Amino acid sequence: MSEQQPKIPQTKPRFSATFDESTMSEIRRAAATGIYDIRGAGAKRKVPHFDDLLFLGASVSRYPLEGYREKCATDVVLGARFAKKPIHLKTPVTIAGMSFGSLSANAKEALGRGASAAGTSTTTGDGGMTQEERGHSSILVYQYLPSRYGMNPDDLRKADAIEVVIGQGAKPGGGGMLLGQKITKRVAKMRCLPEGIDQRSSCRHPDWTGPDDLEIKIAEIREITDWEKPIYVKIGATRPYFDVALAVKAGADVVVLDGMQGGTAATQEVFIEHVGIPILAAIRPAVQALQDLGMHRKVQLIVSGGIRNGADVAKALALGADAVAIGTAALIALGDNDPHLEEEYQKLGTTAGAYDDWHEGRDPAGITTQDPELMKRLDPVKAGHRLANYLAVMTMEAQVIARACGKSHLHNLEPEDLVALTLEASAMAKVPLAGTNWIPGVTGF
Amino acid sequence: METLIFDLDAKPLREVNQFLHGDASGLNGKAFVIENPNGAHSIAVGLKSDIHVTVKGHAGYYAAGMNQIAKVTIEGSAGSGVAENMMSGMVHVKGFASNAAGATANGGLLVIDGDAGLRTAIALKGADVVVGGSVGSFSAFMAQAGNFVILGDAGEGLGDSIYEAKIFVRGKVKSLGADCEEKTMNPEDRKILADLLAKSGHAGVNPDSFKQYGSARTLYHFHVDNAGAY
Ligand SMILES: Cc1cc2nc3c(=O)[nH]c(=O)nc-3n(C[C@H](O)[C@H](O)[C@H](O)COP(=O)(O)O)c2cc1C
Repeated sequence: MSEQQPKIPQTKPRFSATFDESTMSEIRRAAATGIYDIRGAGAKRKVPHFDDLLFLGASVSRYPLEGYREKCATDVVLGARFAKKPIHLKTPVTIAGMSFGSLSANAKEALGRGASAAGTSTTTGDGGMTQEERGHSSILVYQYLPSRYGMNPDDLRKADAIEVVIGQGAKPGGGGMLLGQKITKRVAKMRCLPEGIDQRSSCRHPDWTGPDDLEIKIAEIREITDWEKPIYVKIGATRPYFDVALAVKAGADVVVLDGMQGGTAATQEVFIEHVGIPILAAIRPAVQALQDLGMHRKVQLIVSGGIRNGADVAKALALGADAVAIGTAALIALGDNDPHLEEEYQKLGTTAGAYDDWHEGRDPAGITTQDPELMKRLDPVKAGHRLANYLAVMTMEAQVIARACGKSHLHNLEPEDLVALTLEASAMAKVPLAGTNWIPGVTGF
Repeated sequence: METLIFDLDAKPLREVNQFLHGDASGLNGKAFVIENPNGAHSIAVGLKSDIHVTVKGHAGYYAAGMNQIAKVTIEGSAGSGVAENMMSGMVHVKGFASNAAGATANGGLLVIDGDAGLRTAIALKGADVVVGGSVGSFSAFMAQAGNFVILGDAGEGLGDSIYEAKIFVRGKVKSLGADCEEKTMNPEDRKILADLLAKSGHAGVNPDSFKQYGSARTLYHFHVDNAGAY
């Protein structure tokens, strides 16, 4: 009779938190190809964000406004510091700079149509101004980038405002990229490049270095355009206090501050996920710089990077921003990553909601592509209408919150209306941890 | 030809530039002189009609920036970014030019009689640039299109990451940048060079005394074997 062996319990196979599935697949991809991963969109990992803040609505100690009857204004004026013709927006939600090249002409047209219907602005990008966009955007901001692709004085004069781009939240310190698949004849001609090459654009401006030069550069653009147009300076969030102060000193009318969650058309994954700080951490130091210079609300602050709904808008404004910009969310409103295209996303080896190979130009939604057939799938009128709806919803949502806090203008929201859910968010946004008076680094526990 | 004189000691530059941006029909064919420039920045920027502006002295940054159609002559030296992003017309610097002369210029002709600084013709996008003297390091960095003629020497890293621009150098080149190589001059390029020499006051100079440089086109596509060159 054989003696029965006691059964040894087995440890369940355990996956590593450090070497998770996505990390391991990237190691295998890198080992197979020898080149870094390039993708579109913004940081995908979870970082402290607006979700970590809550509003304190009015109650006994505060007085709310009637939801549908009492006015809660949403308009914003940008660029009154020096420009003869400042920008007037009906909503503080603007469309961020996204290049023709990275986006199809139809997508640009749809952005223009949607934004114009909502009374807000769109922005060109690293590739110049197209007729589609100028024609359909009632307010168009023209980017002045390091690459200067397509830059010309006629378009400068056609613009309603000019945005000097120093950096982007997805890649502060990095230049643009557009891979060969998207450098079609038209894109190549606008950028003055050979067709089909992998374009790398410079990360520094060619004719100035440092803040003193920037001041002279801004003055030059003002001279060329006879001091008519507001001049924005866009920076990726890294050292917001100093960068905002220097931009103001250099003469900016408006500062655009883009956090690490901000989207990009194409950048190295490692850059997107590991360089720059979340927008939540950047707003207070930026506002502090404006306040220290006596320029808060005189030089406007537009913030971006992961803005999705009216609550995000209200929180950004409460922390001291004057307006926000959206990129990724606007593309989703147009139809990017839509589940009805699941079958096609599967063919590309991905799934609806996770598609980010925007640089490859094979977007089944016809948005991040230059392929004439794919592009036709995006109806600019319908897509523009969806964007207009979405912008209206964001604006109304922000109003709902502002009224609940007793504010007759979105700009009357203030940090005192907010609390934080986490210690990190409390320290970054400098609002107390919910239910306490504690702000780490500011007040004692 | 009617000549109008602006004295920058007496009239703010902003007013002068604004006047020069006036309706082309009223300005075309006219000549202007700017006196006492004293190194002011942004002199004669954004011009767009057929006028001739002469700057009597030294100009600061971005003189004649984004020029279209007009001719601008600077009788002294020019600061950084002279004729930056020029579209057409001509800019003539009789003295020296500082850094980034002709940066991103799309069209027209920039002539510098003296030496030019670092990053001359950086990101050139189609204009012609002729430098009578030598140019500093990193000139023609990422130059995309256009012709760049250097009668003197060139510093380090000439034509780094160059695209389709053509560089002609008569003197010594300290070093070439990534993906820039010497080319054999074909008759068409020789003609381009001869024409530019004639237009820029160097008619007597023999085009055969120049060497030509351009893109080796090895960096046009991201490739693992090129990783070290980026
Ligand atoms: C497809 C795409 C293209 C972009 N192109 C540019 C560009 O040309 N210039 C620029 O300054 N920013 C560019 N950005 C960044 C946006 O302007 C903006 O900073 C960012 O999208 C905001 O973050 P969000 O996408 O989370 O809203 C691009 C973003 C996307 C998604």
